[in-house]
Amino acid sequence: MMISGAEIVIRCLQEEKVDCVFGYPGGSVLHIYDALFKQDQVKHILVRHEQAAVHAADAYSRSSQKVGVALVTSGPGVTNTVTGIATAYMDSIPMVVITGQVPTQYIGQDAFQECDTVGITRPCVKHNFLVKDVKDLAVTIKKAFHIAATGRPGPVVVDIPKDITAQVCEFDYPKTIQMRSYNPVVKGHLGQIKKAVQILQEAKRPIIYTGGGVILSDAADKLTQLARKLDFPVTNTLMGLGGYPATDRQFIGMLGMHGTFEANNAMHYADVILAIGARFDDRVIGNPEHFGTEKRRVIHIDIDPSSISKRVKVDVPIVGNVTDVLDEMLKLLDGGFKIDPEVADWWKQIEEWRGRDSLRYRQSEHIMPQFVVEKLYEVTGGDAFVTSDVGQHQMFAAQYYKFDKPRRWINSGGLGTMGVGLPYGMGVLMANPGAQVACITGEASIQMCIQEMSTCKQYELPIKIINLNNGMLGMVRQWQEMFYSKRYSQSYVTSLPDFVKLAESYGHVGMKIERPEDVEPALRKAFTEHKNDLVFMDFIIDPTANVFPMVAAGKGLTEMILAEDL
Amino acid sequence: MRHIISILIENESGALSRVAGLFSARGYNIESLTVAPTEDESLSRMTILTRGSDEVLEQITKQLNKLVDVVKVVDLSEAAHVERELMLIKVRATGKDREEMKRMADIFRGRIIDVTESTYVIELTGASSKLDSFIAALDAGLILETVRTGVCGIGRGDRILKV
Repeated sequence: MMISGAEIVIRCLQEEKVDCVFGYPGGSVLHIYDALFKQDQVKHILVRHEQAAVHAADAYSRSSQKVGVALVTSGPGVTNTVTGIATAYMDSIPMVVITGQVPTQYIGQDAFQECDTVGITRPCVKHNFLVKDVKDLAVTIKKAFHIAATGRPGPVVVDIPKDITAQVCEFDYPKTIQMRSYNPVVKGHLGQIKKAVQILQEAKRPIIYTGGGVILSDAADKLTQLARKLDFPVTNTLMGLGGYPATDRQFIGMLGMHGTFEANNAMHYADVILAIGARFDDRVIGNPEHFGTEKRRVIHIDIDPSSISKRVKVDVPIVGNVTDVLDEMLKLLDGGFKIDPEVADWWKQIEEWRGRDSLRYRQSEHIMPQFVVEKLYEVTGGDAFVTSDVGQHQMFAAQYYKFDKPRRWINSGGLGTMGVGLPYGMGVLMANPGAQVACITGEASIQMCIQEMSTCKQYELPIKIINLNNGMLGMVRQWQEMFYSKRYSQSYVTSLPDFVKLAESYGHVGMKIERPEDVEPALRKAFTEHKNDLVFMDFIIDPTANVFPMVAAGKGLTEMILAEDL
Repeated sequence: MRHIISILIENESGALSRVAGLFSARGYNIESLTVAPTEDESLSRMTILTRGSDEVLEQITKQLNKLVDVVKVVDLSEAAHVERELMLIKVRATGKDREEMKRMADIFRGRIIDVTESTYVIELTGASSKLDSFIAALDAGLILETVRTGVCGIGRGDRILKV
């Protein structure tokens, strides 16, 4: 049977078992929206700004194992998605973004709402397509889902001119797809894995350093088995939190710019680093020259060969899917292994570092932001999905909410995009209906996508917004205090709205919390009495609170500034 | 170090911009770039002349391989290969220079492919260094225009880049 291109798009989504699409209609996608209207298998969430559609699709993916989908119109619809696409790209999130385009014969004519979608998005997608023939449409969408979800995942854009969505052809959705130019590696090289296992047994000061790759590969269980077997310390990057249970004894905290004293020291002084799905980025190892001063051997498991030996020279590269490689490692270890007795001394050293209690923070008559996160952890039983925006609150969330499970910590690690928190909460709730979702944010970040409170009302998405309100762009202010002689250039926000009234005007519940003793009762009320409501909790916090430990830009991992130093 | 990278890439619109965009986004330099379809029209072959340390070259080849449209990548210059570049150069050919230009073209085994009363167009093929030498050997004031294709190359013997 011949069906229209628009119907083909929807049928493809149904074939891919997509249950929900985030989007915003417009001229170029009207045929697609019409086809969407005529079915009820694929639900559509109408956002208030296209950026939020892409963020929500991104979080839908981060919080599940599924590919998130966004649908937007041409021109400004597309340009509004660019921040969201780049955010997903930096964190390797599988996503398909379907964009309308002006009719084929108008392309290049500066038509109304025309932009070069493929050109504009090219540097921030894993791949993109412009569909030029309706006969290619189904196979292109199949390729898009395949490319997005396999190998190192990432966003894929499919740009579809309006005339293509009106033309008709037979629908035939391929079950599988073969591409001669795209064949990602899955299994690691066995010889390399054996070499790695040998080196692990020779290690005297080992560390397991893991990143977002463990989460994306759904390898948290395998990692936990491996770490327990070896009894080595484990540190996670910001993107890797939840990959190993944070409440476990072997977990020594997040590492990097705001990592714990024990994690950063252990990483620096380790003689063997087992890096898994992590990329030694600048926020993790600090100054690479300083990091390079210690002699060590590095084993690096990553699905992307270009992540290996990019910033740090690797001795044993293993290219492959983390789950598959860890599986092989576990099998080899099952054959018997011996750990160097000196590892016990290493643990003593780590415990000594841990004894510094580097996350201790000063008390104040005001609400301390760290305290709010600790209480949130208690009230939610450590089992909430936590989204965050970008800044001090993001670091407090990462440091004080102890993630025991993967895919619970949803934040923009690579691109560092302010404004993601609220739309991320929407995506999480669509993928995990009924889940507890907290969005830890600040009064600056939340205003970057605050219009989505309206979407949350329309679709009854009961996100709990934890607004850590210090009236400042906190992280900017912290750097200005420490490195710019307290010249607070443009980091002070005046004319803030009354967030309680704002929330209420959208039909939500608003609360303002100003005293430390009110923090816990407010949170309890929000998560019980207002379980089914979006609650905007405006916590007026100590405006001078800073994030510690801190490795200043250009400094080495061991050159941390601790709260106690000040 | 100078390297010649050969790429087999799907012959689709935008493929060139993916490669060129990768080089500019990651700060790699392109000294020359040539591209044309192969005997299999669905594939294009691209040759890029670049410079960089071993680490940079490793990243360049890995990043190129990551592009979804790229089928194969090889660093031609890491083993035996031949390379050629073609140049067309228009020179002033009047008076005593007319004979001198003819002589220089002969010495470099170039061919004069267009003649007017006052100009020659000389075609010259060879390694890039030979083309550089030819330009250096001419009186700069007599060169009216040059156009070079950029380097293309191929592995010697059994070194074959094919799908």
